[in-house]
Order: sequence, then C-alpha cells, then structure tokens
Amino acid sequence: MINSLFLINPSGEMFLEKHWKSVVSRSVCDYFLEAKEKALEPEDVPPVIHTPHHYLISIYRDKLFFLSVIQTEVPPLFVIEFLHRVAEMIQDYFGECSETVVKDHMVMVYELLEEMLDNGFPLATESNVLKEMIRPPTILRSVVNTLTGTSNVGDTLLTGQLSTIPWRRAGVRYTNNEAYFDVVEEIDAILDQSGTTVFAEIQGVVEACVKLSGMPDLTLSFMNPRLLDDVSFHPCVRYKLWESERVLSFIPPDGNFTLMTYHVNAQNLVAIPVYVKQSISFFECGSDGRLDVTVGPKQTMGKTVEGVMVTVHLPKTILSINLTATQGSYTYDNGTKLLVWDIGKLNPQKLPNLRGSLSLQAGAPKPEENPSLNIDLKIQQLAISGLKVNRLDMFGEKYKPFKGVKYITKAGKFQVRT
Amino acid sequence: MNGHRGFSVLRSEAAGAVRTALVSAENLQLTLKTELSQEEQHLTPHTHTNGGPDETHTKGYCTEVNEDLKEMLESNKESLKLEAMKRVVGLIAKGKNASELFPAVVKNVASKNIELKKLVYVYLVRYAEEQQDLALLSISTFQRALKDPNQLIRASALRVLSSIRVPIIVPIMMLAIKEAASDMSPYVRKTSAHAIQKLYSLDQDQKELLIEVIEKLLKDKSTLVAGSVVMAFEEVCPDRIDLIHKNYRKLCNLLVDVEEWGQVVIISMLTRYARTQFTSPWKEDGVFDEHNERAFYESDEEKTRDETEAKPYMMDPDHRLLLRNTKPLLQSRNTAVVMSVAQLYWHLAPKNEVSIVTKSLVRLLRSHREVQYIVLQNIATMSIQRKGMFEPYMKSFYVRSTDATHIKSLKLEILTSLANEANISTILREFQTYVKSQDKQFAAGTIQAIGRCATNISEVTDTCLNGLVLLLSNRDETVVAESVVVIRKLLQIQPTQHSDIIKHMAKLFDNITVPMARASILWLMGEYCERVPKIAPDVLRKMAKSFTSEEDIVKLQIVNLAAKLYLTNSKQTKLLTQYILNLGKYDQNYDIRDRTRFIRQLIVPNDKNGALSKYAHRILLAPKPAPVLESAYKDRDRYQLGTLSHTINTKASGYLELSDWPAVAPDQSVRNVEVIEPVKEWAPSLGKTGKSKPAKSSDDKFYSDSGEEEEEEEKGSGSSSSEDGSSSSSSSEESGSDAESHVQKNSSQSSEESDKSSSQSEKSSSESDSEKKERKTKTPLQKKTVKPTAKDGDSDENGNVAKEANSSSAGESSSDSESDSDTHTDSDSGTEHKKKTKSKAKPKVEVKSKKEVSLLDLGDFTPAPVTQHKSSVLSPSLLGDLEGLSLSNVSSTIQLSGPAFVPEKSHDLLHRMTGKGLSAQYQFPRQPCLYQPTMVSVQISLTNTTDHPLEQIHIGDRSPTGLNIHCFNTIECLEPEASVTVFIGIDFNDSTQAANFQLCTKEDHFSVSIQPAIGELLLPITMTELDFRKVR
Repeated sequence: MINSLFLINPSGEMFLEKHWKSVVSRSVCDYFLEAKEKALEPEDVPPVIHTPHHYLISIYRDKLFFLSVIQTEVPPLFVIEFLHRVAEMIQDYFGECSETVVKDHMVMVYELLEEMLDNGFPLATESNVLKEMIRPPTILRSVVNTLTGTSNVGDTLLTGQLSTIPWRRAGVRYTNNEAYFDVVEEIDAILDQSGTTVFAEIQGVVEACVKLSGMPDLTLSFMNPRLLDDVSFHPCVRYKLWESERVLSFIPPDGNFTLMTYHVNAQNLVAIPVYVKQSISFFECGSDGRLDVTVGPKQTMGKTVEGVMVTVHLPKTILSINLTATQGSYTYDNGTKLLVWDIGKLNPQKLPNLRGSLSLQAGAPKPEENPSLNIDLKIQQLAISGLKVNRLDMFGEKYKPFKGVKYITKAGKFQVRT
Repeated sequence: MNGHRGFSVLRSEAAGAVRTALVSAENLQLTLKTELSQEEQHLTPHTHTNGGPDETHTKGYCTEVNEDLKEMLESNKESLKLEAMKRVVGLIAKGKNASELFPAVVKNVASKNIELKKLVYVYLVRYAEEQQDLALLSISTFQRALKDPNQLIRASALRVLSSIRVPIIVPIMMLAIKEAASDMSPYVRKTSAHAIQKLYSLDQDQKELLIEVIEKLLKDKSTLVAGSVVMAFEEVCPDRIDLIHKNYRKLCNLLVDVEEWGQVVIISMLTRYARTQFTSPWKEDGVFDEHNERAFYESDEEKTRDETEAKPYMMDPDHRLLLRNTKPLLQSRNTAVVMSVAQLYWHLAPKNEVSIVTKSLVRLLRSHREVQYIVLQNIATMSIQRKGMFEPYMKSFYVRSTDATHIKSLKLEILTSLANEANISTILREFQTYVKSQDKQFAAGTIQAIGRCATNISEVTDTCLNGLVLLLSNRDETVVAESVVVIRKLLQIQPTQHSDIIKHMAKLFDNITVPMARASILWLMGEYCERVPKIAPDVLRKMAKSFTSEEDIVKLQIVNLAAKLYLTNSKQTKLLTQYILNLGKYDQNYDIRDRTRFIRQLIVPNDKNGALSKYAHRILLAPKPAPVLESAYKDRDRYQLGTLSHTINTKASGYLELSDWPAVAPDQSVRNVEVIEPVKEWAPSLGKTGKSKPAKSSDDKFYSDSGEEEEEEEKGSGSSSSEDGSSSSSSSEESGSDAESHVQKNSSQSSEESDKSSSQSEKSSSESDSEKKERKTKTPLQKKTVKPTAKDGDSDENGNVAKEANSSSAGESSSDSESDSDTHTDSDSGTEHKKKTKSKAKPKVEVKSKKEVSLLDLGDFTPAPVTQHKSSVLSPSLLGDLEGLSLSNVSSTIQLSGPAFVPEKSHDLLHRMTGKGLSAQYQFPRQPCLYQPTMVSVQISLTNTTDHPLEQIHIGDRSPTGLNIHCFNTIECLEPEASVTVFIGIDFNDSTQAANFQLCTKEDHFSVSIQPAIGELLLPITMTELDFRKVR
C-alpha cells in the first residue's frame, strides 16, 4: 500500500520523509516537482502522477504538499483520505499544520507516523487511540518533561485499539461533565449577474465537544429530521437506529469530533441571506474602469449578518485601483490581484458600499469577463435550513451533564457572477 | 506427529542459524568498529556545519555529529540516551544518513524506557536492511518479547521483527507469525496478518506456508483481524478464491464493524469474489427498465420473489447479502469507503439499484479537492453509461471560478455527458458563462464541450454553430483557435449549408496565429474548395508567400490545399502548386518532404505513374467520415471503478482484473460452513484467565468428571427456564452474529428490520454458532462445559437424526429458504419451527440448531471425539505444525471444576420505588451460560409490588454498543405481588465494565445496570502445580 511519505514545502524542499517499506530514493519526487513547476497554482498539481516505477499521490493542504509513494494498485481515495488524516492529526496535536510546527516536533510527528501505518496499511488513525500512545505536547508537560526526564510516550498500556469502541478510551473522568454541539450550516450558492440564484444548497455539519466521564450513551434527536436529505456519520453513530427512528444514538469519542455531516433536502428553497448589487465596467476606449459594489441583507430571519467579506480576483491586466469603502476596509495585493473587502457587521440602515476606479495597464485590451465575487458571511444563532435539535439524552451514567447547542450559518462557496 | 517433529526440527534449525549469525555479527561488530574509527580519523578534518547534498560532505558532517551522539548513546544516563535517540530519529526524518550509529543504537534495544525503546525500534526498522548482520543482534530481544504475557508487547515485538528486512531471519519470522496467528489476543493476530505481507515481500518462497496461515486467519471472527488478513490475502494469493467461500458470509456480516480501512479492502475483494461466483443481475435487454421495476420491488425480499416469478433469473441470497450489508457504509465519513461501496454497486447491483449511490457520491464533492478529483473521474465514467443517475444533480457539477483546473475540466466533461434534449438549454447557458472565463484553458475546454453537445443533440447543432462563429471574433487567441477546430469538426458533419461560415473563417485567417486553427481552416478550404471557388486560390496565394515561416502542421495543410486545388482548379493554381511543392521539397522536416514527393507523384502526370494519378481526384477528395466527438472517459470502464488504474487510465502494477459474470453460477453450497473449524480449538483464550487456560482440543479429558456435575447443577437451577431457553435459542443465534454489529442491536425489536435481518441471520447462524465456539475458547470459564456437551448430544444420539434430516432435505433449494424468510415471524414456536426446516437446506446449520435443542434434553454427556475435528479444512501439515507449539502440551491438563461456593447474596437491579412498583434483583448463579459460551449467566427475580398486573416485561435498549445480552422471553403479564425468576446471559467481553440495559414494561422503561465482580467472570479449573508453572 503506502510505501513512503514526503512532506514538501511550496518551494520544493522535502523536509520530512518516512518509509514504511524499503526506502525509496528522494529522487522519485522529481517527477512531482516537475509537475509542480508546470502548474500555475499549487492547487493545480494533479493529485495522481504516474512515473515509470511508482505512482505518486499527493494532497496540497495548509501550504504543504503531502506526497505518498505507491508501488502497486490501491484505491487512490484510500491514500488521499489517509493523507488528510495525517494532516488532521498534526493539526489536532499541535494546533496547526504548518512547516514550522512539523519541523519543531519532528520526532513526535515521526513517531506518530510510525504508529499510524504498519507496512503501509493504516493501523491507528483514531485520535483517541493515538493520544493514548503518544501524548500531545502541552507547555506544562514539556516543563515537567525537561525537569524529570519523563516523556510524552504513554507508558501505560493502551487498550483503545483492543476495545470494541476504538474511538473512546476507557476511564475518562471529568469534574465538569459537559456536552456541546455546534450545528454549522454552510450555504453554497452561485448567483448570476442579475442576482438570481443559479444554484444553491445547504451543507451542514454537527460538531461536538463532549467531555463526559465513563461510558455515556447519548441520544440526540432533531425537531425536523425530515429536512436532512443525505447524511454521513462518525463511526460511533448507530446507523440502524437512524434508519428506523431518525435519532442519533452513539457512544461519543472523548473531546472534539465531527458527529455528522448532512445535506439539506434539495426541494427546500434556500434562503439567501444577502444580496449584492455590483457593477464592474471597463471603458472601451481609455484604460480605465469602474467598480461599484453594495451588499445588503436579504433573508436573514431577523438576525444580524456578521463577518461579511467580499473577495475579488481582479483581471491580470489591472494596474492599480483607487477605491473608497463606506464601511470596513479593503486590502489589495497587486501581485496576486486579490481584492479583499472586510465589511464586518451588516447594518440594514446604512448599506456598505465600495466604489472607485480601476486603471488598466497601458495598451492592455479591455478584459472581456468581469471577475466573480466571493462572499463570506456568518450568522450566529441561526441554522438557515431551520434544523433544530430537539433533545439530548444520556444513558449509562448517573451524573447530570451540562448540555448546549449552538447554531451558526456561514457562507460556503458563495459566488456572485458579474 | 510427523508434523510435530518436522516443526521442531525446523525450529532448531532456525535457532542454529541465528546462533551462527549472531556470532558472525559479533565479530563483524568488532571489525566494523575499527574500520569506523579509521574512517573517522580520516574525516575529522572536514568541518561542515550542515549536510549538503554532496556525498562526502554529508558523511563528514554525519561522522562529526555522530561522534557526539555515540557518546551520548553509550552514556549511562537514560535522559542523555533519549536525547541522542531523538536527534538520531530527527536525522532520519530529514532523510539524512545515520546508519553509522547502528552499533551504538542497537545496544539500547532492550532498554526499559518505553520511549527510548520505541525510538530504537524506529531506527532498527529503517536501517536493518542496510546492516543485516548487526541487526541480528537485536533479534533475541524480540524473540523474548514475543513470549511476553502482555499482548501489546507481543504485538509490537512481532511488528518490529517482521519489519526488519533481513532474509536470514525468515524462518524465525515464519515461526513467529504462525505462533501469533493462534495467539489469544486478536490484536496480536492482526499484527501477524500484517507480518504475513512483510514476510511475503521479503521471501516469496514462503508463499505456500503463508497461505496456510492466511487460511487460518481468514476464519478468525474478530473484526480487528478481518481487514488485515484480507489485505494479506490480496497481496499474497488473490487468486485463491476458494479460501473465501467459507468465510464469505462471515465477512459480509462483520463488515459494518470492521475499521474503515479494512472495509475498503474487504469490499474490493468481495467485489471480485462476487463477479466470479454469482450470475449477472443485469437484464439481457438493457431497456427493461428502471421505472416499472422500481415501483414494484419495494423491499429486497419481495424483489427476489417477484423476480423468481417473472424471470428465470434469481439473485443468489449471498449476492443480496453483500449488497444489503454494504449499503449502510455509504454513510461512512471515510470517502474511500463510500467510493468502494459505490463501485461495488456499480459492478454488482442490478441496474435499477445502482442509483442509490448517487447521492453519496455527490456528497463527496464537498470534500477536499483531491477527493473531488477522484470522485469526479469516476462519475465521468459512470455518467457516460448511465446519464440518468446523475442528471438530477446536474447543478452540483457547475463550475466555480475558484475550482482547480483539473476539477473544472472534469466537471465540464460530466456536464457534457449529462446533456440531453431537455436540459441542453440550461447547460448551454452555463457554458456561455464559462467561455468568458479568465482561465483560457478552461474556456477552450468549454468550446470543445459545446462541440460535443452540438453533435450529440441535433436540435442544437445550429445554435451551437452560430454561437461558435460569434466566438471567432473573440479577442483571445486560444478561444478563437479552439472554436475554429470545433467548427471544422461540426462542418464536416453537415457540410452542405455552411459555405458562408467557411468564407467568414477565410476572412479571419490573417488574424489567427494558432497553428492548429490555421491548419483547420486550410483543410476546410481544401475540402470544400468547390463551395468557395473564388476564395480558395487566393488563400493559397497568400500561403505560398508565407510558407517558409509556418509551423509544420500548417505546411502539411498548405501542401494538401495546393494538391486539392490543382485537381479542381488547375487553371488558376498550377503554378502556385508547383511553387509550393518545390518549397516543400527542400523543407527541413522530412514529413513535409515525404508528403511533397508523394503529392507530386500523385497529381502531376508523367509517364511512370499514370496508374495512380488517374485516381488522384478520388483519393484526395474522397468523402471523409465525420469525426466523432466523444468523451475521453469513454473507454475507462474497462477498469474497475475507484482503482488507481482507472485514475491513470493504464494498468497499474498489481491491478486485478474484474472477471465477467459467469454464465452459470458456480456451486452455491461452497459457502455453507459445514465443518466446525478446528481453529477455535486452537485459538487460545483471551483475557484474565487467558494464560492459565490455553484451550486445546482435549475435550475428552476436559469434561469427563467435573463437567458432569456442573451439568447436573445447571439442570437443577436452569430447568425452570429451560423452556424459554430452548424456544428462544434460535433468536439467540441470530443475535449471535448480529449483536456484534451495534447497528443491528435492536433488530429483534423493530419489526421493520426483523424480516430483513432474519434471512440474513439465517444464513449467518452457522457463523454465529462457530463464533460461539470461538468465543468459548476465548472466554473464561463457566461456559466451557456447555458447548462440548452439545457436541456430544449431536454426535451420539442426535447424530443420526441430524444426518437423516440433512439428506432428506438436501434437495430443498435455497430459493425456498429465501422466501421463507419473509414469513419469519416473531412468534416463538413458529420461528423455531421454521428455523429448523429452513436450516435443513444447509447441513451445517441443521447440525447446530439440533445441538442447541438437544442440549437441554439430554441427561448424560459424553465427550466429543477429538478425531472428528481433526478431519477438517486445515491441512494436516499445519495441524502438525500447530501441535508443535509450546502452548499445546499444557492445555491437556486443564480440568474444569465446579464452583466451590455459590453466594446467596443478590443485588438490587431495580428498586421498587424507581421501578414504579416493579422491583428486580439479580445474582450470579455461577453456572455456565446456556445461550452462548462467552456469556455469564445472571439470574433475575422480578417482583410486582403494585396492585395491578404489569404487562410485557422485557429487555430494551442496551449499552455499550455491541453488548451482547441474551434476553429472557417477554413476560406477558406479572400479577400483583407475584414474582418470577428469569435467566439472562450477558457477554461482558471479559471486562468489568457494567452492562447497561433497559428493563421495559408496557408503559415504562427503566435503565438498569449490572456490574460484575471480576470473580464472576472466571471459571474455576483444576490444574497441577507443574502445569501451572508451564503455562506461566
């Protein structure tokens, strides 16, 4: 299966390598680097590259390439999924996944990789199991470690891998027992020039943070489960019960995890919380253009829209811009031609507006397509699909847990064509 | 015996080999050390602060650093050593060479510090291959660890041992693998499955022996092992389909509970398996179709039945089992699992069922970019064959400006495949946006897509053509060029009406610089020169002027155009043509020279070649077939979906072809599990008492004395519930296989599921039975007695009966049993009866259920003959080998004894206040559990303290998941002040974790919990001191 893993930074330096079978020479990465040179953006590097003796499967994430070397037939998704798990694991352990973090914790990352695969086949990918074997670093612990010479490697014998519920470790104890659920919904939409919806859908995810002692058995039910069209679950959820009764019944992992993701029934019309009035025009004769964008609230269900941000990839031929924003501030990177307008909270009384002139490079033809606008926004305390958690029950333990549910709506891939 | 001897010989050989190796290694170490120091001296003058790519530099640097590290490693301080090892591993991680430290590192292999040890292991695995002799020094440590009482230590020792790629230790590895394969801990067995692959890649000659181990591990019932062993199977002997037969149903049933990576592997293996074993569910006439079928097959069961009536084809129940058990996995969070289920449905399911995977695949498009890429590729292949599947989700394939280039083109591809008369206008409108994209590569791709739509859907051909002509005035070069090429293709399809477009293009010719486009226009001119008689010679004139500066591809077309014009209009173009041919004659490119020479001979009449030039007109101006614009994914369906080969569109090494459906289904009965696998006798027990009781096939001694009296005791106290026990035994069997899968945990309650699961469990009942056997050996105590008595019953008294029943019903087809499952109800007697009749179809099942029944009827129990088990699937040699294992000689002396003392104390299960008048108390009768050997029996007394009767008392939801409880039969009514005693069996999985479940009445349910004291989980045995030592 997976033969080797290389971590490569955007400039092409291989700063970590791990082999699970015989050592594969670094030179195999040359094929990849070649493909990387060819691609305009790092995102455009093909995920699967075919070389004479190996197959290279890579992901690009958090400004890092995770490149795995394969020698025989294996489902590519298997590898891709695993690579993402590696990235998530690094994120989970060290708070972020970046080159510096990996370099700082080289040995620990290496040890983790050693535990995650055996002979190229995933062995322990559950964060709960891994954390039992190799404890994540904390400031306190690193102080203690230097003083006492103890280590981060768990010295107790772990049982997680042996249990029938590998995602939960035994003997969890908390003084405050709490279970929090975040229902996060993202609106994916494409609006056309006139503001009509070309395509819109809602994707949701229930993130959980469960800190409960012992072996709690939770049941979460929704007021309106019929809204949910397609779901996928954390392995802890009992699928049959969902099928028959539309409740989520599960023994939760300890800590943070994604309980489920869902897609809202396509028949329901998606409420679009904001509208965007825009005009971007270039004059036929001169090397000049105008930009005028206004954002306003539309269907917000009485909530305030926050964190509004408009991102525009301006055409390459733009020389400079001169804009004024009535609210918030904008930044413009002349290298990448990226215009970001950070609006913040949307005030229905006074609509934010950004207008001004664009100047083109001398002699450059008028761009024939206007750039599309990517919108970012956030609405607290609202699940735009109307999904509501009904109740959470706990069985199996005697104490009374604190329970909480939070709803957030965000913009996913929200695009306005111009 | 032979085998035994053979094996010990092998062992001593191995030991000998290692000994010599070790000696030589030690010598080598000495010599190596001196060499090293010389080298060091030699290199010390080098002072480099960082290791460059240059070989000598690296070495110099390493040596210098290594000097420090070596000192640290050889110090007495743990912390220094640890620090040094961390730096060494840091070097390895960065890809630097640290192999020179090998001798210093390997000394620490036996360190007490776990982290240090782990780091040493990491180092060893990395460098053992390069320093084979030195690596041998560490082997004995691992061999010792392989015998460690702690399963995790055993596992990690095996893991590292097998990762050391040193050929000389192959025999040791082989031995360790075999031993680990029968380890009591499933985790160790899992590790051994991994080790199989490693050994195989090290030494292919071990194949036969390894296959035997795989065969054994395949029979393992643990979900931990399943994925890994199937992986080993795929790697070592993917063609030995025959090993799967007996385990097919078990694998299907375990699938939900296997860890996600294992699921992927198992599903892909089962896909291949199914294609060789079942007949095609696809109708011969592809039209027979989705609509009316879907309506009438509501449930799976019905479907099979209806189909029987309607068509000769009937789906094999095992085929159905696979489809049904994989379906829930579509909801997995692991994208690889979802994809593998999708491909399974695509390759195995009846056409009308395939579409259930659509939604899940579309869901994956929300995932990471790389996942999208793979999924889109697969959808592209699928959508060519089955437009209908993805058409409702068309909008999910709309392109965003932020998508990566390869994602964009795949989406375009899919949109094109999905286009039909109904949605073409929407798609074209969408394409219009794309054509304007800033990403010109993508815009060009869109134009091609428009071309494909135009050819596929004749209604829009003209619209598209007009649109493309408009694009000719686009400012971007690539767009124009692409349009020209596509227009050329379209015109070729219907050339008659479009001379004005050709004229238009001729006018544009001067502005177009992309060679392909220029070539296309020239070709059009030549091909249709009769339609544009005035323009064509003029174009040729221009081209003659610029011939030398054109690209090769354009030059070829100029020559072509000249030739065609010469043939049709020689008056005007004769000179021009000759001029061009002369230019071509001296061109640098040999293709062009060749072409020129050929054309000249063909068209210019002279003496020698008169024969061909007569036909020149017909040769050059023959009507040409229009190009077919089709998807690049058209022929990808020759590869199994979801595979690497499919992605790269070439056969990857190790790709296993998916065979075609067999015309006639191979024997179905091979999947019936008839034999009680001897494995279970071998699998030593797990858990607290594990070490003291490695079970072996020594039943004869086992039960002779103490078993007897325990049985008696059980009779006494158990008789009250014997009726219940027997009638519900069938359901217990069912849950036997199901209970492990938590998703099905309440299948017996929910009627909706019950008919589904009944047929399934029927099939799997055989498994669950043998599973029991397996578990029995795994679990401590109590139960030990029960199973063998069952065996006796069957072999002694019921044996004949059972066999008779078998033969008489052997003719019953499996179709019967399948449809039976419909009528499967919850009524006890009915179920039981049905169960038996059905099970007759499968000999194995029959035997089993007989056993369950006879268990309670028989008064006397004699030991089962051991020989019966020996005549089994395991090859004699392996049996022999196994016999040689050290564990086996001890086990024969283990004797079960009855409990010395049974406490009267009972514990409160449910107080009458909390239970609204229902009170319950439990106690451990310390008897073997009747229902399943792994269960502990618990006696519960229920009392009604209210003044009204309580109805329908039963056990409801339980936790944790996978908790296996054998419930008592629902008590229909409990009168006021009355009390009743019932027995339940609980599988505590050898843990002291409380079993939580709900005690339900008609109106209420109360959560209760039973926490066993550790002593209640154990089974008393008698053994001599000598044996005790041995086992220890």
